[in-house]
Amino acid sequence: MDLATFLVQCLNSLQYGLLLFLVASGLTLIFGIMGVINLAHGSFYMIGAYMAYALAPVVNATLGGGFFTTLLVGLVLAIALGYLLEWAFFSFLYEREHLQQVLMTYGLILVFEELRSLVVGDDVHGVSPPDWLAGSIPLGDLMTYPVYRLFISAVCLALAAAMWYVLGRTRLGMTIRAGATNREMVQSLGIDIKFLYRVVFAAGVAIAVLAGMVAAPVSSVYPGMGNQVLIICFVVVVIGGIGSIRGALLAALLIGVVDTFGKVVFPQAAGVLVYVLMALILLWKPDGLFKVGS
Amino acid sequence: MNEVLLRATDVTRRFGGLVAVDSVSLELQRGAVHAVIGTNGAGKSTLINILSGELAASGGRVELRGTDITGWPQARRARAGVGRSYQRTTIYPTFTVLENCRLAAQARHQRPWAWWADATACTVSVPAARDAAARAGLAQALDQSAGTLSHGQRRQLEIAMCLATAPEVLLLDEPLAGMGAEETERMLALLAELKAGHAIALVEHDMDAVFRIADRITVMVNGAVLASDTPEAVRRNPAVQAAYLGGHE
Amino acid sequence: MTPPRSGPRPSTPKIASVAIGALALALWPLVTGSFGVDLVTKTMIYAIVALSLELLVGATGLVCFGQAAFFGLAAYAAVRLSPEGAAASLLWLLPVAMGVGAGYALFMGALSLRTKGVYFIMVTLAFAQMAYYVVHDTPLGGGTDGIYLYVKPVVAIGSMLLLDLDKPLPLYYLVLGCLGATFIFLALLLRSRFGRALAGIHVNEQRMRATGFSTYPYKLAAFTISGAIAGLGGVLFAVKDGFVNPELLSWHFSGAVLIMIILGGLGHLRGAVIGAFAFALLQELFKSEAIFGAFAKHWLLGLGMAIIASVALLPRGLIGIGELLTHRLRRTPRVPV
Repeated sequence: MDLATFLVQCLNSLQYGLLLFLVASGLTLIFGIMGVINLAHGSFYMIGAYMAYALAPVVNATLGGGFFTTLLVGLVLAIALGYLLEWAFFSFLYEREHLQQVLMTYGLILVFEELRSLVVGDDVHGVSPPDWLAGSIPLGDLMTYPVYRLFISAVCLALAAAMWYVLGRTRLGMTIRAGATNREMVQSLGIDIKFLYRVVFAAGVAIAVLAGMVAAPVSSVYPGMGNQVLIICFVVVVIGGIGSIRGALLAALLIGVVDTFGKVVFPQAAGVLVYVLMALILLWKPDGLFKVGS
Repeated sequence: MNEVLLRATDVTRRFGGLVAVDSVSLELQRGAVHAVIGTNGAGKSTLINILSGELAASGGRVELRGTDITGWPQARRARAGVGRSYQRTTIYPTFTVLENCRLAAQARHQRPWAWWADATACTVSVPAARDAAARAGLAQALDQSAGTLSHGQRRQLEIAMCLATAPEVLLLDEPLAGMGAEETERMLALLAELKAGHAIALVEHDMDAVFRIADRITVMVNGAVLASDTPEAVRRNPAVQAAYLGGHE
Repeated sequence: MTPPRSGPRPSTPKIASVAIGALALALWPLVTGSFGVDLVTKTMIYAIVALSLELLVGATGLVCFGQAAFFGLAAYAAVRLSPEGAAASLLWLLPVAMGVGAGYALFMGALSLRTKGVYFIMVTLAFAQMAYYVVHDTPLGGGTDGIYLYVKPVVAIGSMLLLDLDKPLPLYYLVLGCLGATFIFLALLLRSRFGRALAGIHVNEQRMRATGFSTYPYKLAAFTISGAIAGLGGVLFAVKDGFVNPELLSWHFSGAVLIMIILGGLGHLRGAVIGAFAFALLQELFKSEAIFGAFAKHWLLGLGMAIIASVALLPRGLIGIGELLTHRLRRTPRVPV
């Protein structure tokens, strides 16, 4: 493998890893704050990708907008969807055992998959990136790298940084984190915990949807994409360690590297490699890379 | 009579920057009740957790009849004869009283490979359970679901389960908590009876009970031992009076 | 009030219901055609897998989302180990293939039992996916298309053929026999000292350790036994269809088995069997074009909603409804039959 190819794969690993980290962050945000394990989180990612495909012509026709307008419309729809779902469904899951949450959200996956099938069908679609991001930058003499992939990495980093800032450095974030540890206390301070949870859930959904929308041009849009990303997110969380954001980032990047280079070096075993990585890490560190949250 | 069954030497436990147990040494002798007293947060429960093996010590040594058990996990210590009861009742609420005790007794006679044999017909664990339950005063409640017991009865069950494992060392974490006068009397009588064959460590807040039953008292403050002596000496110790016994007689 | 017994015995209604069920299953082929026999054979195999999961989830409290891996790997082993042109003898093929299921369960358990709660569920799911990708991508599996079992194994002693498994009826009764044997084995196991230890671990693992039980080996053993039983289902399935493909290891099947035991009622062996039949019925219902017409294609929608509804409204499953009706107060330790 020459240097240019190596560099390309490194950048691909970074992009994939950051995308995973973003989606996994949405999952652990909801789990960490509300204690709900949501298997349908992958479905939101899938919904985002299909939105990128289906909304673009609509937005173009009605609002005359392009890529970013579509993103914005998708974001608004995602927040609305998240808000509605929390009110109608997820708020009933908080008190339940994890097993029940797992099964009910599993049922939700099936519902989402079929609704998608009914509304947009089961075909695989491609989505083109906006023209001004569709170019490539040169890498060395012979290779170029798509600008759009760099854009994805940038967006994921920006969103992750925004999440870190809001949760760690703002009052809202503090309230949210307090609500996670002591629901009653926050309520007795006069804060509407129900509304807070709704906001957090909508944010989690929006993150997944946005990730799907942004990733669509690169990953293409296909029915099984939600479930696939969900399980890899689980691997991210397991490798990274319970509640650790640091761990999730490191794990996501590790998986990005293993998966990307694996596809190039061991194409027949590509799918298994990530799990072999997980098995090895669990052998070495049964609790994941970093145990207590940061 | 004065055989030392459990010895802790310079046991320390740190949680990050906090030193919860600071170089504590104590001995548990057969035939004696050794009470550990102190204010809340003094490190008493942490000490018990280290002795029972639930928590690893950051430093120091724990020996059982001369054998170094510092690295032993809790289950292994329990099988070797270190029994404990909990401050917050940890019984099996969905099982009957008898089954609670029987399961505890089964720990000494596990036989996991005998998959065809009815556990409740076990000729070792069932009699041991009945015996332990009777000693703890629960002979009448054997078929009752443990979840329906009164608080005092649950504390009795805690002790019964501890006894069912045929321990030599008993680590009792606030067995009298929440008990009325009559129940306390019954428990103290039981402890007096058990003293003969066992070494008992007793963490308690009920000072009257402590001074009645203890042969030795260790006072802990901020994780460290303030005084460790006979009850009378402890009562007269000015440092203890200042730090702890204050308003008590 | 009945006087306390010396030991827990399953109550008469319970034994009666199990006996009636067994009888109904034994007589079923007499009243139905080949479709009915095929359907119930498949459902009984699901019931065996559901029972294996009940051991983990209902009895020990270990929510494993990877049962499909043990099932599928054993199925693949059965096909792979069968000689090309001749019929293998089930007498050795079955235990060996079950061993494959048990072996993977041992591996999975060893690495995942250190985790707890949701993370445990995630790890088991991930390890099941690992198995899926092994059969899907690597030469071991034969790819997406799966592999065929050209000559079905036979149950024979020496040269005396006992059961020709190529025919539906012998296979049906073999599966029924395996279901019955599994049920009885688990019923005995759960009331044994080992089973009581698992129950104790489920209710209060900390107390078990404090009493002197090393809980990890018990849980690992439960995992391995569960893997073997799920493997039994896998082998029977491979024999029945004569064909295995990676979808046997899909997490959708793991999810389906979980739903079966919840639907039937956790904590009861009968619940696992009832749940398997209820789930199969639901599937047939939603797939039925006669009822749903064009929507039958999207039967997963109905199934998804049914899953949500049943978990939300029937937390104790179908058996819970039965208990509610009979309104019995339990006083002796329950034998979860």
